[in-house]
Amino acid sequence: MEYFLQQLINGVTLGSIYGLIAIGYTMVYGIIGMINFAHGDIFMIGAFSGLIVIVGLGALGLGSAGGLIVVAIIGAMIVAAAYGWALERIAYRPLRGSFRLAALISAIGMSILLQNYVQLAQGARVKPLQPMIEGGFVLMQKGDFTVNLSYLQIIIVGTTIALMTGFSLLIAKTSIGRSQRACEQDMKMAALLGLDVNRTISLTFMMGAALAAVAGMMFLIYYGVIDFFIGFLVGIKAFTAAVLGGIGSLPGAMLGGLLIGLIETFWSGYFTVEYKDVAAFAILVLVLIFRPTGLLGRPEVEKV
Amino acid sequence: MTAPLLAVDRLTMRFGGLVAIDAVSFHAENQKITSIIGPNGAGKTTVFNCLTGFYKPTSGRLLLTTPKGEFHLERMEDFRINQRAGVARTFQNIRLFPAMSVLENLMVAQHNKLMRASVWSLAGLLGLGAYRRAERDAVELGRYWLERIDLIDRADKPAGDLPYGDQRRLEIARAMCSEPRLLCLDEPAAGLNPRETLLLNDLLRFIRDEHNAGVLLIEHDMSMVMEISDHIVVLDYGRKIAEGDPEAVRNNPAVIRAYLGEDEEESA
Repeated sequence: MEYFLQQLINGVTLGSIYGLIAIGYTMVYGIIGMINFAHGDIFMIGAFSGLIVIVGLGALGLGSAGGLIVVAIIGAMIVAAAYGWALERIAYRPLRGSFRLAALISAIGMSILLQNYVQLAQGARVKPLQPMIEGGFVLMQKGDFTVNLSYLQIIIVGTTIALMTGFSLLIAKTSIGRSQRACEQDMKMAALLGLDVNRTISLTFMMGAALAAVAGMMFLIYYGVIDFFIGFLVGIKAFTAAVLGGIGSLPGAMLGGLLIGLIETFWSGYFTVEYKDVAAFAILVLVLIFRPTGLLGRPEVEKV
Repeated sequence: MTAPLLAVDRLTMRFGGLVAIDAVSFHAENQKITSIIGPNGAGKTTVFNCLTGFYKPTSGRLLLTTPKGEFHLERMEDFRINQRAGVARTFQNIRLFPAMSVLENLMVAQHNKLMRASVWSLAGLLGLGAYRRAERDAVELGRYWLERIDLIDRADKPAGDLPYGDQRRLEIARAMCSEPRLLCLDEPAAGLNPRETLLLNDLLRFIRDEHNAGVLLIEHDMSMVMEISDHIVVLDYGRKIAEGDPEAVRNNPAVIRAYLGEDEEESA
């Protein structure tokens, strides 16, 4: 029971990070129908940008831990959004009219490019960050096993809930959200109603990237180490989460992220840590076989 | 004499060797309903596609003159044709945003206005008064059109669930919410029953008389065209073969020949 509770807490925390990244995959797929395989690397860029801000300001002796993190998150969001914008502008927009595979190949190329660029600029070794937020609650104790809920976990899950709520409202209620949904359903018609489709698509990339940057910051502070390659595995898992939830569906991405986080944590808790990735991807295979539209995805309706 | 709302000047559109429109010129006036008729394949929809930026014309000019200025539509990007020049269109097949609510469909058409009011969402995110007011005005305009087309009770239903005739009128209302100067309608009466066609006629007259806009209409339903048009342009094989008021067009021998497919030798 105690063990289960601890795994649940850890799983929800990890799932929050996956969920935030998965939103970027699902929104971009929704609007232009492509999988942005460089999205995981935007997450990595976000983590690095945050680390640079923290180390830089820390070296100058500025600010408390809390203030540093807030500044770092905002900085990481801005940098990642700029990368997201540039990615779309340089690698995807020129290929929009061409066959679908072209953009996909371009995305994989951009992913490799970003990894190598960060490897060259920042070095290949892992970058550590000493713990910035320590302490927490002890929820239960039995023998020498304690169930911990750290402040950091509360912050991660709380921030995720706040961001997802805000983001859902943005999509549902604001004019920007409406224009995104309109472009998703009929891009040409949206243009004929005066919507700047290119700008809407750019904005979608920037929003997804900013959310991924927040996830990157959480990853950095939670695990304390990052390297240039973290975007690959985490990105693929977040993509799995988006597919599991139903790609193109916003609540689906959040649910999928949570489920993948839980599956991975429970698998490593009760079976073997070595096979936790296998467990997560086995889910992807099973979903694609038995429910290709995902848990909350709409069945593809043939356009007339 | 003031410049016409739309002046189409020797518009030509070639697809490879096929000449879809061959040097067609006509005018459409403000607060008039101008119809483009002709047999299938005459190039009517191609004219619309040139007007709304789907195609870049091979040659010719499309000049729109409004109080905001003169616009060369053939040189403008698709979304600016609506945003700047104020040209809106509907399609032969219905293209609503089916998963959005009826009211949201009308709100989307007012996006640019709302974005300006919200200073590109900064004010919107902060919930400032100016944005709230703009949003309220947009809802107001949406409800005005919903009352007009009698769909106010369905405002929050998904647009895709409406009956066909209602979807048609919603599409026109949506186009009107972008506050266009020129409204281009591609076969709006197609698939409507006679009662729905009458409702449509009322709506078009209302737009013409009350909304300071010109209407350009492609239609196969001749009784409707003859009833509501102020001016008719007849196309056949990409050429203009006649134009004038309904009475003149109805009695024009070239038009009769095009429609009845009279044989040249027999008539000689």
